[in-house]
Amino acid sequence: MTAVVTDNCEGCRFTECVTVCPVACFHAGEEMLYVDAEGCIDCCACVAVCPVQAIYMDGDLPSELSHWLDINRERSAELPVITEQSEPRPTAAAKRSRLGF
Amino acid sequence: MPTPGSPDCPLEVAIVGSGPSGFYAAEALLRSDKSVRVCMLERLPVPYGLVRSGVAPDHPKLKSSALVYDRIARSENFRFFGNVCVGRDIRVSDLREAHHAVIFAYGASRDRRLGIPGEELSGVHSATQFVGWYNGHPDFRDIRFDLSGESAAIIGQGNVALDVARILTKSVDDLRHTDISAHALDALSESRVREVHIFGRRGPVQAKFTSQELAEFGKIDGLGTIVDPDDLALRPACRIEIEDQTNRNYAKNISLLHQFSQARTGDHRRRLYFHFFRNPASLHGKTRLETVRFNKTRLSGEPFHQVTEDIGETLEFPCQILFRSVGYRGAPLEDLPFDRRSATLAHVDGRLCGAGNHPEYGLYATGWIKRGPSGVIGTNRADSVASVETLLSDLDKLPQHVKPGAEALEAKLKAQRKTAVSFKRWDRIDLAERARGQSAGKPREKFTSIEDMLDACGLSDQAAGA
Repeated sequence: MTAVVTDNCEGCRFTECVTVCPVACFHAGEEMLYVDAEGCIDCCACVAVCPVQAIYMDGDLPSELSHWLDINRERSAELPVITEQSEPRPTAAAKRSRLGF
Repeated sequence: MPTPGSPDCPLEVAIVGSGPSGFYAAEALLRSDKSVRVCMLERLPVPYGLVRSGVAPDHPKLKSSALVYDRIARSENFRFFGNVCVGRDIRVSDLREAHHAVIFAYGASRDRRLGIPGEELSGVHSATQFVGWYNGHPDFRDIRFDLSGESAAIIGQGNVALDVARILTKSVDDLRHTDISAHALDALSESRVREVHIFGRRGPVQAKFTSQELAEFGKIDGLGTIVDPDDLALRPACRIEIEDQTNRNYAKNISLLHQFSQARTGDHRRRLYFHFFRNPASLHGKTRLETVRFNKTRLSGEPFHQVTEDIGETLEFPCQILFRSVGYRGAPLEDLPFDRRSATLAHVDGRLCGAGNHPEYGLYATGWIKRGPSGVIGTNRADSVASVETLLSDLDKLPQHVKPGAEALEAKLKAQRKTAVSFKRWDRIDLAERARGQSAGKPREKFTSIEDMLDACGLSDQAAGA
Protein backbone atom coordinates (compact mmCIF):
# COMPACT_ATOMS: atom_id res chain seq x y z
CA MET A 1 0.00 0.00 0.00
CA THR A 2 1.04 3.62 -0.45
CA ALA A 3 -0.28 7.14 -0.70
CA VAL A 4 -0.53 8.53 -4.24
CA VAL A 5 -0.49 12.21 -5.24
CA THR A 6 -2.83 12.94 -8.15
CA ASP A 7 -3.59 15.79 -10.53
CA ASN A 8 -5.14 18.28 -8.09
CA CYS A 9 -1.60 18.86 -6.81
CA GLU A 10 -0.36 19.96 -10.22
CA GLY A 11 0.00 23.74 -10.18
CA CYS A 12 -0.80 23.89 -6.45
CA ARG A 13 2.00 22.15 -4.52
CA PHE A 14 0.76 23.38 -1.14
CA THR A 15 3.17 21.02 0.72
CA GLU A 16 0.89 20.65 3.77
CA CYS A 17 1.44 16.91 3.29
CA VAL A 18 5.18 17.31 3.82
CA THR A 19 4.64 18.80 7.26
CA VAL A 20 2.85 15.70 8.54
CA CYS A 21 4.73 12.92 6.82
CA PRO A 22 6.39 10.88 9.57
CA VAL A 23 8.92 9.34 7.18
CA ALA A 24 9.76 12.16 4.76
CA CYS A 25 8.77 10.23 1.64
CA PHE A 26 7.63 13.13 -0.53
CA HIS A 27 9.68 14.09 -3.58
CA ALA A 28 9.38 17.49 -5.18
CA GLY A 29 8.91 18.38 -8.82
CA GLU A 30 8.41 21.97 -9.89
CA GLU A 31 4.64 21.80 -10.24
CA MET A 32 3.70 18.99 -7.89
CA LEU A 33 4.88 16.40 -5.35
CA TYR A 34 5.13 12.63 -5.53
CA VAL A 35 5.18 9.88 -2.92
CA ASP A 36 7.89 7.25 -2.81
CA ALA A 37 5.89 4.03 -2.38
CA GLU A 38 8.80 2.21 -0.73
CA GLY A 39 9.10 4.76 2.06
CA CYS A 40 5.37 5.30 2.64
CA ILE A 41 4.09 3.62 5.82
CA ASP A 42 0.36 4.03 5.05
CA CYS A 43 -0.27 6.27 8.01
CA CYS A 44 -2.72 8.36 5.91
CA ALA A 45 -1.76 11.61 7.65
CA CYS A 46 -1.21 13.36 4.31
CA VAL A 47 -4.60 12.43 2.86
CA ALA A 48 -6.53 14.55 5.33
CA VAL A 49 -4.36 17.67 5.24
CA CYS A 50 -4.17 18.35 1.50
CA PRO A 51 -6.14 21.56 0.83
CA VAL A 52 -7.23 20.22 -2.57
CA GLN A 53 -7.64 16.54 -1.64
CA ALA A 54 -5.02 15.47 -4.17
CA ILE A 55 -3.85 12.42 -2.25
CA TYR A 56 -5.41 8.95 -2.24
CA MET A 57 -4.34 5.75 -0.58
CA ASP A 58 -3.73 3.40 -3.53
CA GLY A 59 -6.59 1.13 -2.49
CA ASP A 60 -8.99 4.07 -2.93
CA LEU A 61 -7.74 5.39 -6.27
CA PRO A 62 -10.67 5.91 -8.63
CA SER A 63 -10.05 4.14 -11.95
CA GLU A 64 -9.59 7.40 -13.87
CA LEU A 65 -6.68 8.28 -11.55
CA SER A 66 -5.04 4.84 -11.41
CA HIS A 67 -2.21 5.88 -13.75
CA TRP A 68 -0.89 8.18 -10.99
CA LEU A 69 0.44 5.15 -9.09
CA ASP A 70 3.12 4.57 -11.73
CA ILE A 71 3.76 8.28 -12.21
CA ASN A 72 4.46 8.66 -8.47
CA ARG A 73 6.82 5.71 -8.55
CA GLU A 74 8.73 6.98 -11.59
CA ARG A 75 8.94 10.63 -10.64
CA SER A 76 9.86 10.07 -6.98
CA ALA A 77 12.80 7.97 -8.16
CA GLU A 78 14.17 10.95 -10.12
CA LEU A 79 13.38 13.87 -7.82
CA PRO A 80 14.81 15.06 -4.49
CA VAL A 81 13.10 14.55 -1.14
CA ILE A 82 11.31 17.54 0.34
CA THR A 83 11.11 17.76 4.13
CA GLU A 84 9.87 21.26 4.80
CA GLN A 85 6.89 23.29 3.81
CA SER A 86 7.47 25.68 0.90
CA GLU A 87 5.53 28.33 -1.00
CA PRO A 88 2.72 26.98 -3.17
CA ARG A 89 2.80 27.62 -6.93
CA PRO A 90 1.52 31.03 -8.10
CA THR A 91 -1.47 29.24 -9.67
CA ALA A 92 -2.41 27.46 -6.42
CA ALA A 93 -5.05 29.83 -5.05
CA ALA A 94 -6.91 30.06 -8.34
CA LYS A 95 -6.86 26.29 -8.89
CA ARG A 96 -8.03 25.62 -5.37
CA SER A 97 -10.94 27.97 -5.87
CA ARG A 98 -11.77 26.48 -9.28
CA LEU A 99 -11.83 22.99 -7.76
CA GLY A 100 -14.34 24.20 -5.20
CA PHE A 101 -12.22 23.88 -2.07
CA MET B 1 26.00 38.12 27.17
CA PRO B 2 25.80 35.03 25.00
CA THR B 3 22.39 34.18 23.58
CA PRO B 4 21.66 30.46 23.77
CA GLY B 5 21.95 28.89 20.34
CA SER B 6 25.26 30.47 19.46
CA PRO B 7 28.36 28.25 19.15
CA ASP B 8 29.84 29.51 22.45
CA CYS B 9 26.53 28.97 24.22
CA PRO B 10 24.72 25.96 22.77
CA LEU B 11 20.96 25.85 23.40
CA GLU B 12 20.44 23.05 25.91
CA VAL B 13 16.96 21.51 25.67
CA ALA B 14 15.45 18.68 27.68
CA ILE B 15 12.61 16.76 26.04
CA VAL B 16 10.37 14.74 28.35
CA GLY B 17 9.03 11.73 26.45
CA SER B 18 10.40 9.65 23.59
CA GLY B 19 7.37 9.13 21.40
CA PRO B 20 6.86 10.66 17.95
CA SER B 21 6.23 14.20 19.18
CA GLY B 22 9.40 14.19 21.27
CA PHE B 23 11.49 12.95 18.38
CA TYR B 24 10.01 15.41 15.89
CA ALA B 25 10.81 18.19 18.35
CA ALA B 26 14.40 16.94 18.58
CA GLU B 27 14.53 16.79 14.79
CA ALA B 28 13.28 20.35 14.41
CA LEU B 29 15.82 21.62 16.96
CA LEU B 30 18.76 19.76 15.43
CA ARG B 31 17.74 20.91 11.94
CA SER B 32 17.61 24.56 12.94
CA ASP B 33 20.51 26.89 12.25
CA LYS B 34 21.22 27.14 16.00
CA SER B 35 23.82 25.30 18.02
CA VAL B 36 21.68 22.87 20.02
CA ARG B 37 22.10 19.95 22.41
CA VAL B 38 19.14 17.75 23.23
CA CYS B 39 18.59 15.42 26.18
CA MET B 40 15.58 13.15 25.82
CA LEU B 41 14.21 11.59 29.01
CA GLU B 42 11.94 8.55 28.95
CA ARG B 43 10.27 6.88 31.92
CA LEU B 44 10.67 3.38 30.47
CA PRO B 45 14.02 1.84 29.60
CA VAL B 46 12.80 1.67 25.98
CA PRO B 47 11.93 4.51 23.59
CA TYR B 48 9.24 5.33 21.00
CA GLY B 49 6.12 5.65 23.11
CA LEU B 50 2.95 4.54 21.35
CA VAL B 51 4.81 3.53 18.21
CA ARG B 52 6.12 0.67 20.33
CA SER B 53 3.21 0.12 22.67
CA GLY B 54 0.17 1.55 20.87
CA VAL B 55 0.40 0.67 17.19
CA ALA B 56 -1.19 -2.74 16.71
CA PRO B 57 1.14 -5.73 16.14
CA ASP B 58 -0.53 -6.47 12.79
CA HIS B 59 0.36 -2.97 11.53
CA PRO B 60 4.12 -3.42 11.32
CA LYS B 61 4.57 -0.84 8.58
CA LEU B 62 3.40 1.95 10.88
CA LYS B 63 6.08 0.95 13.36
CA SER B 64 8.78 1.67 10.82
CA SER B 65 8.39 5.36 11.57
CA ALA B 66 10.78 4.41 14.39
CA LEU B 67 13.55 4.19 11.80
CA VAL B 68 13.35 7.96 11.52
CA TYR B 69 13.59 8.32 15.32
CA ASP B 70 16.53 5.95 15.41
CA ARG B 71 18.38 8.17 12.95
CA ILE B 72 17.61 11.29 15.01
CA ALA B 73 18.74 9.56 18.21
CA ARG B 74 22.16 8.85 16.72
CA SER B 75 22.79 12.53 16.00
CA GLU B 76 25.86 13.96 17.60
CA ASN B 77 24.06 16.42 19.82
CA PHE B 78 21.41 14.04 21.10
CA ARG B 79 21.50 12.03 24.35
CA PHE B 80 18.90 9.51 25.44
CA PHE B 81 18.18 9.00 29.14
CA GLY B 82 15.94 5.94 29.49
CA ASN B 83 14.48 4.65 32.76
CA VAL B 84 14.39 8.17 34.17
CA CYS B 85 11.00 9.31 35.40
CA VAL B 86 10.49 13.06 35.54
CA GLY B 87 8.59 13.75 38.70
CA ARG B 88 10.13 10.79 40.52
CA ASP B 89 13.86 10.44 39.67
CA ILE B 90 14.34 14.03 38.61
CA ARG B 91 12.22 17.13 39.05
CA VAL B 92 11.16 19.72 36.51
CA SER B 93 13.22 22.24 38.49
CA ASP B 94 16.32 20.04 37.99
CA LEU B 95 15.67 20.05 34.25
CA ARG B 96 15.31 23.85 34.20
CA GLU B 97 18.51 24.25 36.19
CA ALA B 98 20.45 22.15 33.70
CA HIS B 99 18.84 23.38 30.46
CA HIS B 100 17.67 26.58 28.80
CA ALA B 101 14.34 25.05 27.91
CA VAL B 102 12.20 21.98 28.54
CA ILE B 103 9.73 20.51 26.06
CA PHE B 104 7.03 18.26 27.52
CA ALA B 105 6.11 15.48 25.10
CA TYR B 106 4.90 12.84 27.50
CA GLY B 107 1.63 12.07 25.78
CA ALA B 108 -1.66 10.98 27.29
CA SER B 109 -1.42 7.69 29.13
CA ARG B 110 -4.68 7.69 31.05
CA ASP B 111 -8.03 6.75 29.57
CA ARG B 112 -11.33 8.57 29.51
CA ARG B 113 -14.02 6.92 31.58
CA LEU B 114 -17.62 6.49 30.52
CA GLY B 115 -18.73 7.95 33.85
CA ILE B 116 -21.65 5.53 34.22
CA PRO B 117 -22.72 3.25 37.08
CA GLY B 118 -21.10 -0.18 37.13
CA GLU B 119 -17.85 0.90 35.55
CA GLU B 120 -15.90 -0.67 38.42
CA LEU B 121 -17.31 -4.16 37.75
CA SER B 122 -14.91 -6.94 36.95
CA GLY B 123 -14.88 -7.48 33.19
CA VAL B 124 -14.94 -3.76 32.39
CA HIS B 125 -11.67 -2.52 30.88
CA SER B 126 -10.26 0.30 28.88
CA ALA B 127 -8.88 -0.16 25.39
CA THR B 128 -5.74 1.55 26.71
CA GLN B 129 -5.18 -1.38 29.07
CA PHE B 130 -5.88 -4.03 26.44
CA VAL B 131 -3.62 -2.40 23.87
CA GLY B 132 -0.84 -1.95 26.41
CA TRP B 133 -1.28 -5.58 27.48
CA TYR B 134 -1.05 -7.17 24.05
CA ASN B 135 1.81 -4.85 23.16
CA GLY B 136 3.80 -5.90 26.22
CA HIS B 137 3.85 -2.56 28.06
CA PRO B 138 5.19 -3.20 31.60
CA ASP B 139 2.35 -1.20 33.19
CA PHE B 140 -0.30 -3.58 31.77
CA ARG B 141 1.49 -6.90 31.69
CA ASP B 142 -0.33 -8.40 34.64
CA ILE B 143 -3.89 -7.48 33.82
CA ARG B 144 -6.20 -10.45 33.42
CA PHE B 145 -8.77 -10.33 30.64
CA ASP B 146 -11.48 -12.94 30.97
CA LEU B 147 -12.07 -14.08 27.39
CA SER B 148 -14.22 -17.08 28.35
CA GLY B 149 -17.54 -15.46 27.47
CA GLU B 150 -19.06 -15.47 24.00
CA SER B 151 -19.72 -11.77 23.64
CA ALA B 152 -17.41 -8.79 23.91
CA ALA B 153 -18.50 -5.16 23.68
CA ILE B 154 -16.38 -2.22 22.61
CA ILE B 155 -17.69 1.28 23.32
CA GLY B 156 -16.36 3.87 20.88
CA GLN B 157 -15.81 4.08 17.14
CA GLY B 158 -12.29 5.26 16.52
CA ASN B 159 -9.24 3.42 15.22
CA VAL B 160 -8.32 2.19 18.68
CA ALA B 161 -11.73 0.47 18.95
CA LEU B 162 -10.98 -1.19 15.60
CA ASP B 163 -7.56 -2.33 16.84
CA VAL B 164 -9.21 -4.01 19.83
CA ALA B 165 -11.82 -5.61 17.57
CA ARG B 166 -9.20 -6.89 15.18
CA ILE B 167 -7.09 -8.50 17.87
CA LEU B 168 -10.22 -10.14 19.31
CA THR B 169 -11.45 -11.44 15.94
CA LYS B 170 -8.30 -12.45 14.12
CA SER B 171 -7.19 -16.05 14.41
CA VAL B 172 -4.14 -16.76 16.50
CA ASP B 173 -2.42 -18.01 13.34
CA ASP B 174 -2.81 -14.54 11.84
CA LEU B 175 -1.14 -13.00 14.88
CA ARG B 176 1.48 -15.61 15.61
CA HIS B 177 4.24 -14.02 13.56
CA THR B 178 3.74 -10.44 14.69
CA ASP B 179 5.39 -8.77 17.67
CA ILE B 180 2.32 -9.33 19.83
CA SER B 181 3.43 -10.38 23.30
CA ALA B 182 3.59 -14.10 24.03
CA HIS B 183 1.36 -13.85 27.11
CA ALA B 184 -1.33 -12.21 24.99
CA LEU B 185 -1.04 -14.79 22.24
CA ASP B 186 -1.47 -17.51 24.86
CA ALA B 187 -4.55 -15.86 26.35
CA LEU B 188 -6.06 -15.19 22.90
CA SER B 189 -5.55 -18.80 21.86
CA GLU B 190 -7.88 -19.75 24.74
CA SER B 191 -10.40 -17.07 23.86
CA ARG B 192 -14.01 -18.22 23.55
CA VAL B 193 -15.16 -14.83 22.32
CA ARG B 194 -17.23 -15.43 19.19
CA GLU B 195 -19.05 -12.11 18.79
CA VAL B 196 -17.53 -8.68 19.06
CA HIS B 197 -19.90 -5.71 19.15
CA ILE B 198 -18.71 -2.16 18.50
CA PHE B 199 -21.12 0.46 19.82
CA GLY B 200 -21.24 4.12 18.81
CA ARG B 201 -23.31 6.83 20.42
CA ARG B 202 -24.00 8.50 17.09
CA GLY B 203 -24.54 7.45 13.50
CA PRO B 204 -22.27 5.79 10.95
CA VAL B 205 -21.28 9.12 9.38
CA GLN B 206 -19.94 10.36 12.71
CA ALA B 207 -17.77 7.31 13.37
CA LYS B 208 -14.18 8.46 13.65
CA PHE B 209 -12.35 5.45 12.25
CA THR B 210 -10.39 5.83 9.04
CA SER B 211 -11.59 3.90 6.03
CA GLN B 212 -8.26 2.15 5.61
CA GLU B 213 -8.64 0.52 9.02
CA LEU B 214 -12.34 -0.25 8.50
CA ALA B 215 -11.63 -1.95 5.17
CA GLU B 216 -9.37 -4.49 6.88
CA PHE B 217 -12.37 -6.24 8.41
CA GLY B 218 -13.57 -7.28 4.98
CA LYS B 219 -10.43 -9.35 4.61
CA ILE B 220 -10.17 -11.27 7.85
CA ASP B 221 -10.34 -15.00 7.37
CA GLY B 222 -13.49 -16.55 8.83
CA LEU B 223 -14.95 -13.25 10.05
CA GLY B 224 -18.51 -12.14 9.28
CA THR B 225 -19.30 -8.44 9.52
CA ILE B 226 -22.84 -7.35 10.38
CA VAL B 227 -24.37 -3.90 10.00
CA ASP B 228 -28.10 -3.17 10.25
CA PRO B 229 -29.09 -1.55 6.92
CA ASP B 230 -31.58 0.65 8.78
CA ASP B 231 -28.67 2.37 10.48
CA LEU B 232 -27.37 3.31 7.04
CA ALA B 233 -30.52 5.22 6.06
CA LEU B 234 -29.03 8.67 6.48
CA ARG B 235 -30.89 11.78 7.49
CA PRO B 236 -30.33 14.76 5.13
CA ALA B 237 -27.83 16.45 7.46
CA CYS B 238 -25.69 13.31 7.44
CA ARG B 239 -25.89 13.08 3.66
CA ILE B 240 -24.58 16.63 3.41
CA GLU B 241 -21.77 15.73 5.79
CA ILE B 242 -20.56 12.87 3.61
CA GLU B 243 -20.72 14.99 0.51
CA ASP B 244 -18.10 17.28 2.05
CA GLN B 245 -15.29 17.22 -0.46
CA THR B 246 -12.63 18.32 2.01
CA ASN B 247 -12.74 14.94 3.74
CA ARG B 248 -13.47 11.79 1.76
CA ASN B 249 -13.04 9.49 4.76
CA TYR B 250 -16.66 9.49 5.93
CA ALA B 251 -18.14 8.77 2.50
CA LYS B 252 -15.73 5.87 2.14
CA ASN B 253 -16.71 4.56 5.59
CA ILE B 254 -20.40 4.56 4.59
CA SER B 255 -19.61 2.71 1.38
CA LEU B 256 -17.68 0.05 3.35
CA LEU B 257 -20.44 -0.28 5.94
CA HIS B 258 -22.91 -0.81 3.09
CA GLN B 259 -20.75 -3.63 1.82
CA PHE B 260 -20.68 -5.15 5.30
CA SER B 261 -24.48 -4.86 5.61
CA GLN B 262 -24.95 -6.70 2.31
CA ALA B 263 -22.45 -9.46 3.06
CA ARG B 264 -23.76 -12.99 3.13
CA THR B 265 -24.38 -14.19 6.67
CA GLY B 266 -22.72 -17.56 6.35
CA ASP B 267 -21.00 -19.93 8.65
CA HIS B 268 -18.37 -17.74 10.19
CA ARG B 269 -15.96 -18.58 12.93
CA ARG B 270 -16.47 -15.15 14.49
CA ARG B 271 -18.76 -12.19 13.93
CA LEU B 272 -18.22 -8.46 14.22
CA TYR B 273 -21.25 -6.21 14.69
CA PHE B 274 -21.34 -2.45 14.22
CA HIS B 275 -24.10 -0.83 16.27
CA PHE B 276 -25.04 2.82 16.02
CA PHE B 277 -27.19 5.20 18.06
CA ARG B 278 -26.40 3.38 21.30
CA ASN B 279 -25.37 5.38 24.37
CA PRO B 280 -24.18 3.20 27.30
CA ALA B 281 -26.17 4.18 30.38
CA SER B 282 -25.15 1.64 33.02
CA LEU B 283 -23.32 -1.64 33.53
CA HIS B 284 -24.84 -4.50 35.53
CA GLY B 285 -23.83 -7.77 37.10
CA LYS B 286 -23.59 -9.52 40.47
CA THR B 287 -19.86 -10.07 40.86
CA ARG B 288 -18.86 -9.33 37.30
CA LEU B 289 -20.24 -7.73 34.15
CA GLU B 290 -23.34 -9.45 32.80
CA THR B 291 -25.38 -6.79 31.00
CA VAL B 292 -24.94 -3.37 29.44
CA ARG B 293 -27.94 -1.05 29.39
CA PHE B 294 -27.97 1.28 26.42
CA ASN B 295 -30.09 4.34 25.71
CA LYS B 296 -31.13 4.55 22.08
CA THR B 297 -30.26 7.88 20.50
CA ARG B 298 -30.97 9.95 17.44
CA LEU B 299 -29.34 12.93 15.78
CA SER B 300 -30.90 16.30 15.24
CA GLY B 301 -29.72 19.66 14.01
CA GLU B 302 -27.79 21.11 11.11
CA PRO B 303 -24.95 19.43 9.18
CA PHE B 304 -21.63 19.58 11.07
CA HIS B 305 -23.48 20.81 14.18
CA GLN B 306 -25.70 17.83 14.88
CA VAL B 307 -26.45 16.86 18.47
CA THR B 308 -27.26 13.49 19.96
CA GLU B 309 -30.29 12.96 22.12
CA ASP B 310 -31.66 9.93 23.98
CA ILE B 311 -35.05 8.97 22.59
CA GLY B 312 -36.31 7.43 25.84
CA GLU B 313 -35.88 3.79 24.85
CA THR B 314 -33.38 1.44 26.37
CA LEU B 315 -32.07 -1.98 25.52
CA GLU B 316 -30.25 -4.59 27.60
CA PHE B 317 -27.24 -6.22 26.03
CA PRO B 318 -25.78 -9.34 27.65
CA CYS B 319 -22.01 -9.52 27.56
CA GLN B 320 -19.15 -10.67 29.71
CA ILE B 321 -16.37 -8.31 28.80
CA LEU B 322 -16.41 -4.66 27.77
CA PHE B 323 -13.71 -2.30 26.53
CA ARG B 324 -14.28 1.42 26.66
CA SER B 325 -12.45 3.14 23.86
CA VAL B 326 -13.54 6.73 24.16
CA GLY B 327 -10.19 8.42 24.20
CA TYR B 328 -6.91 8.65 26.01
CA ARG B 329 -6.44 11.35 28.63
CA GLY B 330 -3.42 13.36 29.75
CA ALA B 331 -2.15 13.60 33.31
CA PRO B 332 -0.74 16.64 35.12
CA LEU B 333 2.97 16.76 35.97
CA GLU B 334 4.14 18.38 39.20
CA ASP B 335 2.72 21.90 39.25
CA LEU B 336 2.90 22.64 35.53
CA PRO B 337 -0.09 24.69 34.36
CA PHE B 338 -2.75 22.15 33.45
CA ASP B 339 -6.13 22.52 31.74
CA ARG B 340 -8.31 20.02 33.58
CA ARG B 341 -11.15 20.13 31.08
CA SER B 342 -9.03 18.99 28.14
CA ALA B 343 -6.44 17.22 30.34
CA THR B 344 -3.63 19.02 28.53
CA LEU B 345 -0.87 21.38 29.58
CA ALA B 346 -2.06 24.98 29.37
CA HIS B 347 -0.21 26.67 26.53
CA VAL B 348 -0.25 29.31 23.83
CA ASP B 349 1.38 28.21 20.57
CA GLY B 350 3.21 25.51 22.49
CA ARG B 351 4.64 27.78 25.20
CA LEU B 352 3.21 26.88 28.61
CA CYS B 353 1.23 29.62 30.24
CA GLY B 354 0.22 29.95 33.86
CA ALA B 355 -2.69 31.60 35.60
CA GLY B 356 -3.76 34.89 34.06
CA ASN B 357 -2.13 33.93 30.74
CA HIS B 358 1.32 34.42 32.20
CA PRO B 359 3.84 33.09 29.63
CA GLU B 360 6.29 30.53 31.01
CA TYR B 361 9.35 31.18 28.84
CA GLY B 362 11.48 28.09 28.81
CA LEU B 363 8.62 25.59 29.18
CA TYR B 364 6.97 24.10 26.09
CA ALA B 365 4.66 21.29 25.09
CA THR B 366 4.11 19.18 22.01
CA GLY B 367 2.09 16.14 20.98
CA TRP B 368 -0.91 14.77 22.81
CA ILE B 369 -0.16 16.50 26.11
CA LYS B 370 -0.37 19.77 24.16
CA ARG B 371 -3.26 19.33 21.77
CA GLY B 372 -5.13 16.37 23.23
CA PRO B 373 -5.14 12.73 22.13
CA SER B 374 -6.03 13.15 18.46
CA GLY B 375 -4.45 12.63 15.08
CA VAL B 376 -2.07 10.03 13.70
CA ILE B 377 1.69 9.58 14.07
CA GLY B 378 2.54 12.19 11.44
CA THR B 379 0.22 14.82 12.92
CA ASN B 380 2.84 15.26 15.62
CA ARG B 381 5.45 16.36 13.15
CA ALA B 382 3.80 19.65 12.21
CA ASP B 383 2.82 20.13 15.84
CA SER B 384 6.40 19.74 17.07
CA VAL B 385 7.76 21.98 14.34
CA ALA B 386 5.36 24.68 15.56
CA SER B 387 6.34 24.29 19.23
CA VAL B 388 10.02 24.45 18.36
CA GLU B 389 9.40 27.58 16.30
CA THR B 390 7.89 29.18 19.38
CA LEU B 391 10.85 28.07 21.49
CA LEU B 392 13.34 29.47 18.98
CA SER B 393 11.49 32.79 18.95
CA ASP B 394 12.02 32.99 22.73
CA LEU B 395 15.83 32.73 22.74
CA ASP B 396 16.38 36.20 24.15
CA LYS B 397 13.97 35.43 26.99
CA LEU B 398 15.77 32.25 28.08
CA PRO B 399 18.67 32.31 30.60
CA GLN B 400 21.47 34.20 28.85
CA HIS B 401 24.35 32.04 29.99
CA VAL B 402 25.84 28.62 29.38
CA LYS B 403 23.90 25.67 30.81
CA PRO B 404 25.46 22.32 31.71
CA GLY B 405 22.80 20.08 30.05
CA ALA B 406 23.60 16.36 29.98
CA GLU B 407 26.55 16.62 32.37
CA ALA B 408 24.33 18.05 35.09
CA LEU B 409 21.65 15.42 34.51
CA GLU B 410 24.22 12.66 34.82
CA ALA B 411 25.64 14.13 38.02
CA LYS B 412 22.15 14.42 39.49
CA LEU B 413 21.38 10.79 38.61
CA LYS B 414 24.76 9.57 39.83
CA ALA B 415 24.12 11.16 43.21
CA GLN B 416 21.09 8.87 43.48
CA ARG B 417 23.15 5.90 42.26
CA LYS B 418 21.06 5.90 39.10
CA THR B 419 22.37 5.06 35.65
CA ALA B 420 20.11 5.97 32.78
CA VAL B 421 19.64 3.65 29.83
CA SER B 422 21.67 5.21 27.02
CA PHE B 423 20.70 4.73 23.39
CA LYS B 424 23.52 2.21 23.05
CA ARG B 425 22.02 0.21 25.90
CA TRP B 426 18.63 0.39 24.15
CA ASP B 427 20.43 -1.16 21.14
CA ARG B 428 21.29 -4.10 23.40
CA ILE B 429 17.68 -4.46 24.56
CA ASP B 430 16.53 -4.19 20.93
CA LEU B 431 18.96 -6.86 19.78
CA ALA B 432 17.94 -9.19 22.60
CA GLU B 433 14.24 -8.75 21.80
CA ARG B 434 14.80 -9.46 18.12
CA ALA B 435 16.89 -12.54 18.95
CA ARG B 436 14.15 -13.85 21.24
CA GLY B 437 11.58 -13.35 18.51
CA GLN B 438 13.57 -15.12 15.85
CA SER B 439 12.99 -18.67 17.07
CA ALA B 440 9.24 -18.03 17.15
CA GLY B 441 9.23 -16.41 13.71
CA LYS B 442 8.39 -13.01 15.19
CA PRO B 443 10.11 -9.69 14.50
CA ARG B 444 10.78 -9.47 18.24
CA GLU B 445 9.66 -10.84 21.56
CA LYS B 446 9.37 -7.79 23.77
CA PHE B 447 10.51 -7.74 27.35
CA THR B 448 7.44 -6.96 29.41
CA SER B 449 9.00 -5.95 32.69
CA ILE B 450 11.35 -3.11 33.48
CA GLU B 451 13.57 -5.55 35.34
CA ASP B 452 14.00 -7.72 32.25
CA MET B 453 14.74 -4.68 30.08
CA LEU B 454 17.42 -3.48 32.48
CA ASP B 455 18.85 -6.96 32.78
CA ALA B 456 19.16 -7.23 29.01
CA CYS B 457 21.34 -4.13 28.82
CA GLY B 458 23.58 -4.82 31.79
CA LEU B 459 21.83 -2.61 34.32
CA SER B 460 20.29 -5.22 36.64
CA ASP B 461 21.56 -3.26 39.62
CA GLN B 462 19.20 -0.46 38.58
CA ALA B 463 16.13 -2.65 38.93
CA ALA B 464 15.72 -2.45 42.70
CA GLY B 465 12.94 -0.05 43.50
CA ALA B 466 12.10 0.43 39.82
